[in-house]
Amino acid sequence: MDVGLLAVSLYEGLVFGLVTIGVYLTFRVLTFPDLSVDGTFPLGGAIAAVLIVSGVNPFLATLAAFGGGLAAGLVTGLLNTKLRISALLSGILMMVALYSVNLRIMGRANIPLLREITSFDMVARILGVHNGVGLSIGFVLVVVAIFVAGLNWFLRTEVGLALRATGDNEQMVRSLGSNTNKNVLLGCAISNGLVALTGALVAQNQGFSDIGMGIGMIVMGLASVIIGEGVFHPKSITSILLACLGGTFLYRLFLNVALRLGMPPGDLKLVTAVLVIIVLAVPHIRKKVRGEWLPPAVRM
Amino acid sequence: MNGYRRLSECEGIVVMKTGENNYMLQLRNISMIFAKDTVDEVTALENVNLDVREQDFITIIGSNGAGKSTLLNIIAGVFPPEKGGSIIIAGDDVTNLEEHKRAAYVGRVWQQPEVGTAGKLNLEENLSLALLRGKPRKLEMAINKKRRQIFRDALSMLELGLENRLSTPIGTLSGGQRQALALLMATISKPDILLLDEHIATLDPKTAQTVLRLSDMIIRRERMTTIMVTHNMEIALHYGNRLVMMHKGRIVVDMGEAEKEALTIGDLVAAFEQAAGEQFNDDSVLLSQH
Repeated sequence: MDVGLLAVSLYEGLVFGLVTIGVYLTFRVLTFPDLSVDGTFPLGGAIAAVLIVSGVNPFLATLAAFGGGLAAGLVTGLLNTKLRISALLSGILMMVALYSVNLRIMGRANIPLLREITSFDMVARILGVHNGVGLSIGFVLVVVAIFVAGLNWFLRTEVGLALRATGDNEQMVRSLGSNTNKNVLLGCAISNGLVALTGALVAQNQGFSDIGMGIGMIVMGLASVIIGEGVFHPKSITSILLACLGGTFLYRLFLNVALRLGMPPGDLKLVTAVLVIIVLAVPHIRKKVRGEWLPPAVRM
Repeated sequence: MNGYRRLSECEGIVVMKTGENNYMLQLRNISMIFAKDTVDEVTALENVNLDVREQDFITIIGSNGAGKSTLLNIIAGVFPPEKGGSIIIAGDDVTNLEEHKRAAYVGRVWQQPEVGTAGKLNLEENLSLALLRGKPRKLEMAINKKRRQIFRDALSMLELGLENRLSTPIGTLSGGQRQALALLMATISKPDILLLDEHIATLDPKTAQTVLRLSDMIIRRERMTTIMVTHNMEIALHYGNRLVMMHKGRIVVDMGEAEKEALTIGDLVAAFEQAAGEQFNDDSVLLSQH
């Protein structure tokens, strides 16, 4: 295995690690299966690209993308908490609606950024170094470190603890005086904010924003969560956040090796889906083989 | 022992406050109709009135469907009563206060220990959530040294050895330990009213005794105004200073300490059968009348 493969996987593991953490927040912490991620990822890319093309400072454009994601997540949460639409359907509705919103924002399906000055170019210019994969890793590492440290702190605060408890035992949290609806809104917003931020960073790094860049993002996030949990068995908040990053790195490494071995890029999503299916099905199949009692299928 | 006292004082959660006439809780014309205007319409509560004095410990008995749980749900704010009803706690009209805001007034322990505790969080995290009942949650560390000490002191009172297991996930505790913790969580911030909703019904007899003994100890120590729903007549007679019997959404018996003292289980069963036979002409026939 060559260094280039590792370096690319490291960059991807870090940047998509924020998506994984976002997915972890909704799926695992809030037990709110939020599928709007597939729409908020390109939303981040779209906002950043349009702003950068129109001459806005790329750092500000990235921050605006984060804000856009926060707002979109808030809407998903509102569909569920205010209008009582199921979590799953709220996310799907947002994902579909965001497709049109993203097209409106961009005005077309693809915005190239190759001639624009992106956040990565800015950092390279400031540091006086070449804008290569090393710089990408360094810059993304700083961004991820800031957000992981922030979340590591937030989830231990009084507000963060109430948010974590909401996904565990909503009835109890209400009976102890915390507004569980607000907690869900906050969690959805943060999650989608992280995803949109990643969308903005990825668009700048790859040199374009594309309407289709979010397809399968939720499944990739889930795959990374599952790998992270399975490999690292995290217990504490800190280890969970790091396991999300580690899981994403391993997942990306796996994909990059598969690509290097000649897998057509178009098969990526199928491979990912099959990976998730296998991991989810293994406990059930194991029980079946042992002849244990099998719980009925969950359909919510 | 002192730890628990100190806890309620230093965190200074709720200072005892009652409305006029020392009533901690007043229920006025409380009715509840489920599935209204459908074929499944059920009147769960019908025009219930109840005045609870400060430090009253009321035991409520009644057959299935008598409206006991509905009554507790209405006090806790899970759903509002039908129009015209009002709920006054400690002098404040809380009728339209949502459940999470009502939490400042009401602590509750459910039948299942899983409802009163968060299984994925550990002991100190659960207690920290409970300590902040009725207070704004801030962007400050949920657990600090001072709070840990409060939790240790409170847990050591239970004498279950939990004070040394602050970082144990709740999911690994036994049902009895978990329910004892739920009890502590319901009372640690000293709400105005404690609701015990058949909270020992799912425990084995020995554990049930332990949890009941702990409940009684905390209620006495904290001078909690308490409403306890139970199916066990012996417990209903033995504990508390007031006994209420419900039947088909109404309060059919309401007796004070003196009457309760003289009562036997046989009397209670007779009253129960009489209620089930619907021989009552009045809403509140006193047992002493027969």
